[in-house]
Amino acid sequence: MRKNLISIDDLTREDIDRILERAASFAEVSGREIKKVPTLRGRTVINLFYEASTRTSSSFELAAKRLSADLVSIKSAGSAVDKGESLKDTVLTLSAYDPAAVVIRSPYAGAAGLVARWTAASVINAGDGKHEHPTQALLDVYTLWRRIGSLEGRKIWIVGDVLHSRVARSCVLAFDRMGAEVTVCGPPTLIPRHFDELGCRLAYSLDDIGSADVIYALRMQHERMTGAYVPSLREYAANYQIDGRRLGAGQLLMHPGPVNRGVELASEVIDSPQALITQQVESGVVVRMAVLYELLAGSGAPTPVAEERAPEPMGAA
Amino acid sequence: MTPPRFDASPLDAAAREATDVVIRGARVLDPRADLDGVRDLVLRDGEVAEIGESLPAPEGAEVIDGDGLVAVPAFVDPHVHLRTPGREDEEDIASGTRAAAAGGFCAILAQPNTDPVVDNGSILSALRERARREARIPTGFLAAVTVGQNGDALTEMAELAELGAAGFTDDGRPVARAGILRQALQYQRLAGRVIALHEEDPSLSSDGVMHEGAVSALLGMAGIPSISESTMIARDAQIALYEDAAIHIQHLSARESVEAVEQAKAAGVAITCEASPHHLCLTDEAVRSLDTGFKMNPPLRAEDDRQALIEGLRAGAIDCVATDHAPHAREEKEQPFETAPMGVTGLETAFAALHTALVVPGILDLPVLIERMTAGGAPFGLHVPTLAPGSPANLTLLDLAAEWQVGEAGYESRSANCAFDGREMTGRVRMTIAAGAVAYRERSFAIGAVPA
Repeated sequence: MRKNLISIDDLTREDIDRILERAASFAEVSGREIKKVPTLRGRTVINLFYEASTRTSSSFELAAKRLSADLVSIKSAGSAVDKGESLKDTVLTLSAYDPAAVVIRSPYAGAAGLVARWTAASVINAGDGKHEHPTQALLDVYTLWRRIGSLEGRKIWIVGDVLHSRVARSCVLAFDRMGAEVTVCGPPTLIPRHFDELGCRLAYSLDDIGSADVIYALRMQHERMTGAYVPSLREYAANYQIDGRRLGAGQLLMHPGPVNRGVELASEVIDSPQALITQQVESGVVVRMAVLYELLAGSGAPTPVAEERAPEPMGAA
Repeated sequence: MTPPRFDASPLDAAAREATDVVIRGARVLDPRADLDGVRDLVLRDGEVAEIGESLPAPEGAEVIDGDGLVAVPAFVDPHVHLRTPGREDEEDIASGTRAAAAGGFCAILAQPNTDPVVDNGSILSALRERARREARIPTGFLAAVTVGQNGDALTEMAELAELGAAGFTDDGRPVARAGILRQALQYQRLAGRVIALHEEDPSLSSDGVMHEGAVSALLGMAGIPSISESTMIARDAQIALYEDAAIHIQHLSARESVEAVEQAKAAGVAITCEASPHHLCLTDEAVRSLDTGFKMNPPLRAEDDRQALIEGLRAGAIDCVATDHAPHAREEKEQPFETAPMGVTGLETAFAALHTALVVPGILDLPVLIERMTAGGAPFGLHVPTLAPGSPANLTLLDLAAEWQVGEAGYESRSANCAFDGREMTGRVRMTIAAGAVAYRERSFAIGAVPA
């Protein structure tokens, strides 16, 4: 595997398979009472989050801690970032601590790639603008793989606001790489032109949703309503909400969270046995452990150091 | 309507002494004057004096061995951002005109979107005065169409024209409201001078940062659709026709735009247009790298658009090449793509880039490229450089075989945000003579190295 994980495009199918197997082995560890392994002892992981995040930042923190790494978490509010320091200067400053990995979430496409130019650490993209969110896609692949095995030939529908979704981009690339047949469906105003060139089919109605093995609903963001992308949430829900009528008994349901109940998903399907939404969250930690492991320990074992007390996280909210 | 011609030139430069020069044995190429052959060329008293075989050198003249070089009329760039006043850290009149001379240009027109905007007579006069002190080559200044380029109220166009505005534009922004443009074009009857237009419908370009296409879909970045440019060209061509006015369309980027200009020309609209080297050489594929050196407005578009621009340049639908040289400070460009400012520098690489990408592979003939690179002043009623004897000495000496890497020796410009930075080029400017004076000489280019 390469040094950084910026895009799903950085990964071959074999890389993804290796991450899945590695995550499965960490899942075993997670079943034990003591969930920690010493793999990254003495190495530093920096979480640099320029955007609000609950599940991604907390699961990266847990993943780093369970690998025994020293962890520094920086949220933009209250940090030097807030004082007008440029991304470059922040990265140069943090690089002075000689981190093994920098995990970055940014509202701008390409931010993770920029960070990779400015630091010697491995860089993991935890979401850059509307571009990509590769670890989300990996945990989705992992969740499905645990449930149904190989994705080869599986029909997966991604439904909703594709235009503004980094999850959709990474998932189309990842599902396609694993051999699934991906259809992207949503209002025509929320599907970018040429999106099919990513390797998916386009649909503007749910008429054929019955053919799907898996339905992956995207979060419909309220703030998008101001852009007149859809006339109203009511009309959106009428056309694209996954509810008990539309979700067949044999179909699986996924969602990257957080869910807008009553908008993209009806309550009854969220609580149905076909929903994998909680499993996706569970997978987050082990898949991110696997990514950290493959990037940092996969090639060349880390130099072991004597056990010491981990310093308190700096700038943790 | 043809805008009235002004007797006084709107171009200013620091006074420089004309040099008498003899270039021996260069290929003298000027398609407009029907010149193409290995000759001697004599520049005397600021004019092209003679072209012929084994000409005697005037006393005291510098003698240049032109063997293997091509002497062409120097280029004119109607679209340069000199960033003065306001951002002299990015470019000033001295550095910008030095960069232009290094690119083989003998005249440039600066855009008015400075801080403050060139929208009144005092700012324009101050700039002209400064150019008379600092400009290495003749430099003209366009003034804004609307006050503050806000699109609301017309500037005092008649007075600005009187004071020597070379034309009018709100470049950087469109004149969004059709009614305002109509008034400006009506007023052209009084002010003269062509109105140059940055074409973009803001309701279509919205918060876009790159071409809307397959690459923007992949990168998840908001796109600027081609139609945001072409629909405005079609609109403005109709207004110009209705008002019998002359317009110049800046930096064409899309196939639809070339078609809109072709249709307008066929309908008899007094319309001219320009295209930039980056749009003629690069596509949105380059943006995959998310390198902010490829962010500009209008954006790099698809290969099909590039092909349409090349064909337009060849066939004449596109009248001239313009660099849209737009310097930016390094820290401004060292940002994520979406937040970085739009614009790239291009004066020093214009000829080399087009020669490398279009002439070397046989896509465009050299004479056509020379014609388009010299024609930039014509839409503004300025003199078009020529080597015809008796013309002002505006000459560029090219080495078509020279190989070099862009940026290897730095830039004459104060800024380094060149779209071609790091690229290998074939062909470069060895020397530029503007208004009779040597404006640029490549450092390694031997002076008078002719064996006696």
